[in-house]
Amino acid sequence: MTAVASEPSAKAAAGLALADAADGGRLLTFSGRLDSYSIAGVWREARAAAAAAPNRRIVIDASAVDYCDGGGVAMLVDLLRQPRPADAPISVRGLKPQFKTLLDQFDPHAFEAPAAPPPPQTRTVEEIGRGASQLFRDMRTQIAFIGETTGALWFALTHPQRVRWKDVWYECEQVGANALPIVTLISFLLGVILAFQAAVPMRQFGAEIFVADLVGLAIIRELGGLMTAILLAGRSGAAFAAEIGTMKVNEELNALTTMGLDPVRFLVVTRIIAAILMVPLLSLYANLVGVLAGGLTMLSFNIPLVTYLKEVDSAVDLKDLFAGMVKTPVFAVLIAGIGCLRGLQTQTGASGVGISATRAVVSGIVLLVAVDGIFAVIYYILDI
Amino acid sequence: MSPAPDPEPIVRVEGLVAGYDGNILLQNVSFTVNRGEVFVILGGSGCGKSTLLKHMIGLYQPIAGKVLIDGDDIVTAEGAARRAILTKIGVMYQSGALFGSMTLLENVRLPLEEYTVLDQDAMDLIARMKLKLVGLEGFAGHIPSEISGGMQKRAAIARAMALDPGILFLDEPSAGLDPITSAELDALIRRLAGSLHITFVIVTHELPSIYAISDRVIMLDKRAKGIIAEGDPKLLRDTSDNPWVRQFFRREAELAPEAA
Repeated sequence: MTAVASEPSAKAAAGLALADAADGGRLLTFSGRLDSYSIAGVWREARAAAAAAPNRRIVIDASAVDYCDGGGVAMLVDLLRQPRPADAPISVRGLKPQFKTLLDQFDPHAFEAPAAPPPPQTRTVEEIGRGASQLFRDMRTQIAFIGETTGALWFALTHPQRVRWKDVWYECEQVGANALPIVTLISFLLGVILAFQAAVPMRQFGAEIFVADLVGLAIIRELGGLMTAILLAGRSGAAFAAEIGTMKVNEELNALTTMGLDPVRFLVVTRIIAAILMVPLLSLYANLVGVLAGGLTMLSFNIPLVTYLKEVDSAVDLKDLFAGMVKTPVFAVLIAGIGCLRGLQTQTGASGVGISATRAVVSGIVLLVAVDGIFAVIYYILDI
Repeated sequence: MSPAPDPEPIVRVEGLVAGYDGNILLQNVSFTVNRGEVFVILGGSGCGKSTLLKHMIGLYQPIAGKVLIDGDDIVTAEGAARRAILTKIGVMYQSGALFGSMTLLENVRLPLEEYTVLDQDAMDLIARMKLKLVGLEGFAGHIPSEISGGMQKRAAIARAMALDPGILFLDEPSAGLDPITSAELDALIRRLAGSLHITFVIVTHELPSIYAISDRVIMLDKRAKGIIAEGDPKLLRDTSDNPWVRQFFRREAELAPEAA
């Protein structure tokens, strides 16, 4: 089905001429080069001509065909497979031997168009059942994963010498040090935007100085930790899912299991420890950058940096810092845990890895916001 | 199995120098592949077989030299000229490299969708015929993970043939297959070469496959950084002056390789 010795150097386009035969039949004369690139038009014309003469004999004259590849042969097979009455068949004549050899490899009736698939039926109850079952399985997997991870973390706590610290430090670099530029940028912009948006209306009341209270409290109690966690869910959570997912697709997880190594201890614990170490530090750093960015913004409102910082100091106490920071290890466990879980749940293929990374980010962010809300309620009840 | 009486070069590699990070892997490699022949590139592990293949299909840029596909240099071609060259070749990768989210039919149909303006049912028919040629007509609706490794390789050959290229490049087609599946694949390659006049360029070091399918071979060597033997594999096995070549073909161990 490819270039053969008689292939012409000049590429003549595919041609089709229709004529009535002397015996009352229909004559379809193909000419030129019949390949996948050139036959689309003549293919449609030939089919239409055959359909327009349902009760007449049709002869396909291919003696003027210079070249015929798999596409051209497919066209002839398509014409020959059309259902016709016994006294009005379609036949091919004049095809050069080297092309006929190709055509003879196929039985046209073996390629009769497959029956159209039945229209999809919506079975609502079945769909609800499947959804509920999937949800239940997912929850069971998550509970099992939480149990396994807790056990593995407890083992790591009681046997620190068994922890793969080299991997932990590597993950610390990935999660922490390498995230510094993006955390710096986002925290800085957050501080600037917060201060600027608050300062403009507050200036009307001569209350610009209280922007420091707003920025300090909002960033240190809430936004510094939350924004850092959301950033890391997008950055590191997705990376964990993709990395472990690729390992699963490549059967590296099976290799670990058959070597008697628990993938959770080997892969998940190191990442969770790294996240627990890095997320609080990054959050603290984000708080600092955000508050300073607010101070720099307030310079343009004639509030000196010292005055701004003194106001922040008076508005924010250690309790607020504690309230903001105590959430961050929980965020860390969520980010790393969800990322690793989605990686371990990866299905086969490259798309499976992509789906896992997406699920890690989406469910990570949803859980972060939900847990942050729970913390807010707890703080309100405890009057923190 | 003998080459055409009047050989017509369809692939010509001229003075190819290839390497990575300043290390020369292949130095001044030149050879031709004739139209319609099954041409095998062989050699020990790490000698640069797959690297050479990837240069021949334009994936890698050589340090120097030319790779002429039907007269056009794939090294320097860009844009439409490069696309035109790429329609003349089909490639089967070692792993098959089928798209996992698509059925076999969709995998084979993909090049037709991108390069032709055929109707959907016409493309479907061509794709089904290609799958029939490789014996997978009953698996058109399966995704790659649902079929065996040997079947994946056959499906990859069907995809490589979708646009009826004149030249098929196969990277380690027999690797990882059981002897029966490997022999079936060899038979398929010979059948396609014989009936469809496809030129095959195959990288392999599976000796049974080399004897079964090849018209002509070149043998690469890591120390020589190039070709140390060229010709009929059985003749090379029996008559080569180079002990390393004879050792390779006879699957003998313990003889230190020496460059030709």
